[in-house]
Amino acid sequence: MSYELIGITVLWTFLYGYLIVASIDFGAGFFSYYSRITNNKHKVHHMIQRYLSPVWEVTNVFLVFFFVGIVGFFPDTAYYYGSALLIPGSISIILIALRGSYYAFATYGSKDSHLYTFLYGGTGLLIPASLTTVLTVAVGGYVSVEENHVQLLYGELFTSIYSWSVVALAIVSVLFISGSFMTFYAHKAGDQPALDLLRKYALAWSFPTIIACVIAFFGMNQRNPSHFQNMTDLSWLYGLSVVFFLAAVILIWKRKRYGLAFIFVMLQFATAFFAYGAAHLPYLLYPHLTIYDGVTNDAMAISLIIVFIAGLLLLIPSLYLLMRLFLFDTNYVKGHEADKKA
Amino acid sequence: MFEYDPVLYSRILTAITLSFHIIFATVGVGAPLMIAIAEWMGIKRNDPHYTLLARRWARGFVVVVAVGVVTGTAIGLQLSLLWPNFMQAAGHTIGLPLFMEVFAFFFEAIFLGIYLYTWDRFKSKMKHFLLVIPVVIGATASAFFITTVNGFMNTPYGFDLVDGVLTNVSPLQAMFNPATPTKVSHVIITCYLTTAFILAAIAAFKLMRGSNHIYHKKALHMTMVTGAVFAIATAAIGDLSGKFLHEYQPEKLAAAEWHFETTSEAPLVLGGVLTEDNEVNYALEIPYALSILAGGTTGEEVIGLNEFPEEELPPLFVHYLFDIMVFIGMYLLLVSVAFVLMNWHNRFNPIKRFNGFSNKMLWAIAAGGPIAMLGTQSGWFFAEIGRQPWIINGVMTVSEAATSSQHVDIMLVLFSILYAILGVTSFIVLRRMFKHYPVEHELVERGIEREGA
Repeated sequence: MSYELIGITVLWTFLYGYLIVASIDFGAGFFSYYSRITNNKHKVHHMIQRYLSPVWEVTNVFLVFFFVGIVGFFPDTAYYYGSALLIPGSISIILIALRGSYYAFATYGSKDSHLYTFLYGGTGLLIPASLTTVLTVAVGGYVSVEENHVQLLYGELFTSIYSWSVVALAIVSVLFISGSFMTFYAHKAGDQPALDLLRKYALAWSFPTIIACVIAFFGMNQRNPSHFQNMTDLSWLYGLSVVFFLAAVILIWKRKRYGLAFIFVMLQFATAFFAYGAAHLPYLLYPHLTIYDGVTNDAMAISLIIVFIAGLLLLIPSLYLLMRLFLFDTNYVKGHEADKKA
Repeated sequence: MFEYDPVLYSRILTAITLSFHIIFATVGVGAPLMIAIAEWMGIKRNDPHYTLLARRWARGFVVVVAVGVVTGTAIGLQLSLLWPNFMQAAGHTIGLPLFMEVFAFFFEAIFLGIYLYTWDRFKSKMKHFLLVIPVVIGATASAFFITTVNGFMNTPYGFDLVDGVLTNVSPLQAMFNPATPTKVSHVIITCYLTTAFILAAIAAFKLMRGSNHIYHKKALHMTMVTGAVFAIATAAIGDLSGKFLHEYQPEKLAAAEWHFETTSEAPLVLGGVLTEDNEVNYALEIPYALSILAGGTTGEEVIGLNEFPEEELPPLFVHYLFDIMVFIGMYLLLVSVAFVLMNWHNRFNPIKRFNGFSNKMLWAIAAGGPIAMLGTQSGWFFAEIGRQPWIINGVMTVSEAATSSQHVDIMLVLFSILYAILGVTSFIVLRRMFKHYPVEHELVERGIEREGA
């Protein structure tokens, strides 16, 4: 495998990781707010808090990892995307900043405020919407490149059906992924009222998710036919994705094996996400930049890969410890330890 | 009124983001160490006051770290958005430590999550203490890696520039560039120093406000002893930084010192005013001191500003930034050492009869917190403005690096509002957190003290 491919695979994997953990986090914020305004707060709020408190920063790091990594492996992306995405990028930053800090203010500041929960819930949906701009732009046709000047075509972006279908897809997937994870977590916690409510959320968002997926899939045909052609060549992966989706929904519907159901959800998104990524290659920004002309020098690529492996050796055991203590520790999950925080 | 200039707006926006981030990042690097020391003392002396100190500091630390994290994320993205050409060049040359910084931060974030939520989970207190070690390492390593990038911007190394193309890159040489040793140690030690003083200021403030609780006295003593150690180290490293500048960035040292003619036996200029013909008025001059700072001997020849083309020189007001930084360093050194000596019970100690807890002394310490932060800020402003007009010294200028996008001005407004909101809220939240749950209550609640004790 060439450095370019290793690099992009690593980055894409981290982006996938972010997609999953951030969706859980974003959706949880929304559910937390939604259950508050529908007077179901007492059912889920504490459980959601218990999961989120120790992990929110870790979620953030996945994102940082991706954009620092892509500048390291493919420095030219900094030039193209950096120049084009000033406004959507800045808006994402502002939303992430508000979300992260108000989460901390609400949780550690020990004041339960309506505004904090609202900010936390609202940004949870706006961030994925604004972040997907990057993926949309990468498909091509939304950026003009002339003589040292890269510009985002806002008119094109805002009037394009494709870009809105991706936004819709992002939002519903967030709610579906989060709903199915939280159902599993509630089940582990043995919290029946929360389980019932969250299971309802998960099921409610399941079919909108698959419909949005299908719309975005076929929307690509008009947007970028060559990319679409690549995607249809990988249609078996997309088919597999649908199978995983159905399996997950059936399990949740039948109230069985919530853990396995969530793994199916992860697989559903993994297959679709990697198929999408593979079809995108070799372009980083269609048609201006490919992984081959955007890549860094060999010395840097090797050292980044070495650091990456060393980093994983350090992080995997640490993440395992984190998960053992908070995700798979029945006492903690059930909330017996919850009041002893900090 | 103004002509739209993306370079200028990008500079202002970056300056605001960084100086806001620095407040939280400095404490974010320093606080884990202070927390670790307090928790360690609590275990070693079997003194619940220190344990509680660690616990309360950790609670405040999380809020600070949260804002530090989000503003750090902002910078990471903003660098690409505002300085796309710089990041393109940086990706080719200095991408390695940027990447490593993320790992350090990842490591810290994981263990911080664990540390905060496991205070009472282990039977052995030592086990919980061990969890803070990765947080200290992660925080300091983050500062280490990111400062090497700043070092690279000052003394770019580890590549060749052939016809405007960066080739023959050695990532390790770029990371361990000549600026790295002094810059990294200076940044890390001053993070510790500033944090120690901020925590000391809180304790001093409490004592001034009439609390006479031993808890605050222990806090003050611990922070001042460590503060004194860090202040002495800061001074020593500052001296080495002077020697580094003399060798690698003489124009920066000369600009900081308003040193125009190349001479030996150069004096150190403190304060003063510069006339239009570059005459220094009203300044305090310490004979030979600049030569000593630069080379260790009075005979050392120090290169003057006149040797450099004018368009490659930084604005000369950096002299004041430099002076403020040095003055503040001296002030912190003086205050912390004086406090430690006043509380050192040794019969040969001449100043032990002074009261370290007198109101004047407490005032000096309480003022030291914000002053230390001011010192950190002026140090960074000096470092950045002193490198002008370059973003990568001698390779790329700031204007070449900036984005050509429209709307940087609107982003500037939006981000200013964001930081104002975050700044105000974090202040309110931190204040409420400790005000609504004063230490006296917590001591009783945790059964460390009885009511009214």
